[in-house]
Amino acid sequence: MIRRAPRGLAEHAPILFPALMLVVFFVIPFSLMIAVSVFRRVPGGFYEPDLVFANYERFLTAFFGGVMSFSLGLAALVAALAVGIAFPFTYRLVRLSRGAQIRWLVFLLSILSLSEVIIGFAWSTLLSRTAGITNLFVALGLMAEPQSLSPSFGALLAGLVYQAFPYTVLVLYPALARLDPYLEEAARTLGSSPLRAFFTVVVPALRNTIVATTIMVFVFALGSYLLPQLLGRPQHWTLSVLITDQAIYQSNMPFAAAMAVFLVLVSLALVGLALLAGRREETA
Amino acid sequence: MSALVLDGLTKRYGPVTAVHGASLRIPHGQFVCLLGPSGCGKTTLLRMIAGLEDPSGGRLLIDGRDITTAPAHTREFGMVFQSLALFPHLTAGENIAYPLRIRGAAKAEQRKRADELLELVRLPGVADRPVSKLSGGQRQRVAIARALALSPKLFLLDEPLSALDAKLREAMQIELKQLQQRLGITTIVVTHDQREAMTMADLVVVMSQGRIHQAAPPMEVYRQPADAFVADFIGMTNLLEGEITAHGAVAVPGGRLHLPNLPPSGPVLLSVRPEDVIVHPAGLDGPNRLDGTLSFMRDLGASVEFRIDVAGREIVALTRPQDRPPVAPGGALSVEFPPAACVVLPPMAERPQ
Repeated sequence: MIRRAPRGLAEHAPILFPALMLVVFFVIPFSLMIAVSVFRRVPGGFYEPDLVFANYERFLTAFFGGVMSFSLGLAALVAALAVGIAFPFTYRLVRLSRGAQIRWLVFLLSILSLSEVIIGFAWSTLLSRTAGITNLFVALGLMAEPQSLSPSFGALLAGLVYQAFPYTVLVLYPALARLDPYLEEAARTLGSSPLRAFFTVVVPALRNTIVATTIMVFVFALGSYLLPQLLGRPQHWTLSVLITDQAIYQSNMPFAAAMAVFLVLVSLALVGLALLAGRREETA
Repeated sequence: MSALVLDGLTKRYGPVTAVHGASLRIPHGQFVCLLGPSGCGKTTLLRMIAGLEDPSGGRLLIDGRDITTAPAHTREFGMVFQSLALFPHLTAGENIAYPLRIRGAAKAEQRKRADELLELVRLPGVADRPVSKLSGGQRQRVAIARALALSPKLFLLDEPLSALDAKLREAMQIELKQLQQRLGITTIVVTHDQREAMTMADLVVVMSQGRIHQAAPPMEVYRQPADAFVADFIGMTNLLEGEITAHGAVAVPGGRLHLPNLPPSGPVLLSVRPEDVIVHPAGLDGPNRLDGTLSFMRDLGASVEFRIDVAGREIVALTRPQDRPPVAPGGALSVEFPPAACVVLPPMAERPQ
């Protein structure tokens, strides 16, 4: 492994391609978006170059504030639920035999390969009145008659957690696999029940991993715009849905761009926090 | 009165039996070493005692109380793990105070006990340091202190010194033994290092392939091994296969030995320690001597090692430098096996393999 910094064009060559891709597909579009966000909208038309901050001023309205806080709250709830379920699951998973672990990981990866559209329609069918699980509950005598569970906040939450779960497991997996399995046993010999050992030793020992993973899932959930439309009611629409709506249906590119810039900045800030938490874990 | 009784403890993993009916009686305050090659079941046995593995059969009693199925956290035994298993998110002091915190002790009391224990393991003043900032030997001491925090009835250690370098290991062996004597705590250590077992233990339990071969004080294990495995595993030995020919006489390759306490007939195995074998110049007659040729000789400083070919078998002998016979490799010698030094063992076929 070469430790010194690369010198000259030849040694920098391997990073030229990714650097070029980053510039072409991220830096340029993002700059354009920032530019558009300060342009002025032409009613009935498109937009023309200008330098106005009216689009950003609209962030101060109650409607925007409501959507923003709903989006952040939803993403936080999804992150908390996904990590809360995935952490104990992964803790069990890393203790299974190699073969069983591989089968589980392949299964989780296959869920990751599903598109958001398929997940959304699958859940809306599963929660529907005509073909959903309530029919099963009726057959079992748990419910009087089938009812529709979607669209609703619960349906949206279930769909988002389902989508985030495999991703969460894969992010947690390396840290949990590296954890000394004797930590929990040591806690047990020192008087902790298995459950107590889990919460007083395993969870705190991996606190930074948990924080970093939660932030990553949060950002992941913040960007979803299809599931809220498929599984939620209009009041459950997130900022991402609003951006799509403004850009495509209202033809208000400058406002959509301003919101997108804002969303990217919030996401970047959170990823930065996640990296910071990860680094502190390494030095500890 | 017996503090800890293992009554036929057995552990099976599917078709594999890791521990076959281990029975043992450990009196209060004893220092016990479970000794054996890797994979002999010694760690599994320790983990069953700790409550981390459920026995497939047998019983475990402490002071007459059956604890075979008691969960680990109710047993109140202190255990030091091979990896030490110190909690990485806590300081040295918080690690030691962890069991007190679990029991809801006040902060001040936790701190006081942690300081006391650090004093006990001769590591004062590191209570506030994170465990990642401690050296290997210091972590070792913190792990020992943590296991002792609740003044447990039983102190269990799984290969506790294997991660230390040779010099530190030696020092820690002495310290561990002194600590055990001072506290008078019943202690069980798992080790594969026979020197460690011989120097620390009151009772050495020699295991192989899931079975206890012998449980006895170190010198007895060395002087009176129960079978060929123990004789061979503890120190160096010469094993001679023989056949009893007449009353008190056994034929071995290269001659005949006269020994007391022989069984009336059949095959036997003799174990003779190298330091008990006496080397004589060839041609001098005497009892219990076999003729051979010197194949190899080396000076070990305090002693001289001879490797002598007797009827195709290699016999190892250790003598003091001043008793060295004037023979060069290839020369003829005779070796004497004093009757008192010959341990009669069951023949090889009976050795469980």
